[in-house]
Amino acid sequence: MRDIFRSWLAELGGLALLGADTLRQAFRRPFERGLWIDQLEHLGVQSLTITNVTLLFTGMVLAVQTAYSLSSYGGESFVGNLLALAIVRELGPVLTALMVAGRVGAGITAELGSMTVTEQVDALRVLAASPVKKLVVPRVGALVIALPLLTILADVMGLFGGLLMALTDIGQSRAYFISHILLALRIEDLVSGIGKTFFFAFFIGIIACYNGLTATGGADGVGRATTNTVVAASIAIIVSDFFLTKIFLMF
Amino acid sequence: MADPFLRFVDIHKRFGPKVVLQGVDLAVESGETCVVLGGSGSGKSVLLRHAVGLHKPDQGEVWVDGTEISGLDEEELIEPRKKVGMLFQSGALFDSMTVGENVGYALDEHTDWDEDKIRARVEEVLGLVELEDVLDLMPADLSGGMKKRVALARAIALAPRGILYDEPTTGLDPITATTINALIRSLQKKLGVTSIVVTHDIHSAFTVGDRIAFLYEGRILFHGTTEEARKAPVPLLRNFLEGGGYA
Repeated sequence: MRDIFRSWLAELGGLALLGADTLRQAFRRPFERGLWIDQLEHLGVQSLTITNVTLLFTGMVLAVQTAYSLSSYGGESFVGNLLALAIVRELGPVLTALMVAGRVGAGITAELGSMTVTEQVDALRVLAASPVKKLVVPRVGALVIALPLLTILADVMGLFGGLLMALTDIGQSRAYFISHILLALRIEDLVSGIGKTFFFAFFIGIIACYNGLTATGGADGVGRATTNTVVAASIAIIVSDFFLTKIFLMF
Repeated sequence: MADPFLRFVDIHKRFGPKVVLQGVDLAVESGETCVVLGGSGSGKSVLLRHAVGLHKPDQGEVWVDGTEISGLDEEELIEPRKKVGMLFQSGALFDSMTVGENVGYALDEHTDWDEDKIRARVEEVLGLVELEDVLDLMPADLSGGMKKRVALARAIALAPRGILYDEPTTGLDPITATTINALIRSLQKKLGVTSIVVTHDIHSAFTVGDRIAFLYEGRILFHGTTEEARKAPVPLLRNFLEGGGYA
């Protein structure tokens, strides 16, 4: 039990050190523009399909479910309000982050893990280059830029899914549904929803890179590290979401 | 006599309960090729990795060209690392980069040379390892021997003063292994660098080495010239050499 606690603490310490080193190196010259753009394309643009499809169908099902539940109280007119708040404040950021953690987090760990077990990361260090600067900073940086943008698009897709259901299933007009969305949303909701994603992106990136850089034992070890990333990043998103929401509600 | 280029002083290292090095003392003079010979699991590669700061000793000192590196952090290690190139056992080529990008990586990173100058140097070092027309190939397109040669070219691109070889002939067929041995020897003559070769290949050890250090269970049991090694009254070394027909 004590060993498990100790290794858990060591992992937490390792994550904190890597996070601090990443922040430090991110603001140091030279700025590796090419690496950042590559990662933005790879981690951001290529995640568009999964995040948009997820939110589109979530918006659709949420509209159907809320309309069904609210109809018993005669509250169908509030579907747009409820959907807007649920998607923009919670479901958009959290589901997008979870999808990215699964797709991108696992990919980063697998890539860095295989570089680690084939000594490519050591080769980088021996060539007097920093693995944090070359490998971690561009990935975490790209995630911190891409996740908020992906979330904004996914929010729009989610609301669009709700609109589709409002038009075809619930029997509301487009103007009516959109006016309820606009009525419900305040700027604070957007700030809270999007603000959280910067933290989610940082957590996903650091956890994925840390697990990749500490992978051991060949293909088996890389597989385990990849699984750990998806589990740890998902838990970090869900748990931190609660605390971040409480913090954002204070303002 | 000048200070040795590389010096290990009383190096102890353990990984969890497993003790790997137990007080290794070894000095490698400038310009010589020292072979660290030993069986699998004797701690050879771990010792070698201490020379570039990939491992930190639990106790002891590592001196590279007059600098004690065991207490340095990653940033402080940049300068000592520029002085030493390393050939990894697997080659460790960056598999997302072409051969040219691999070999030119350190030049791109640590010099302000333009593309043409870097390309010229890359072609020059590839010539030293007897490779041409491979610049645009990916590592996956290369054979095992070619990968080692490209990795060697990458290690010498920045003109280091020392080269570390981790099992340079392991996993190669006898003809390719002989080619690599000849290459190590010829680089030694052409560049005049200090080399440390870690191997369990006795033939390779006697082909490339000026001096041999025999590592057994984390301790150096013998250190001397190749001739002295053949006659050394160290039973474990004799057994090892007899196994390869060298005693």
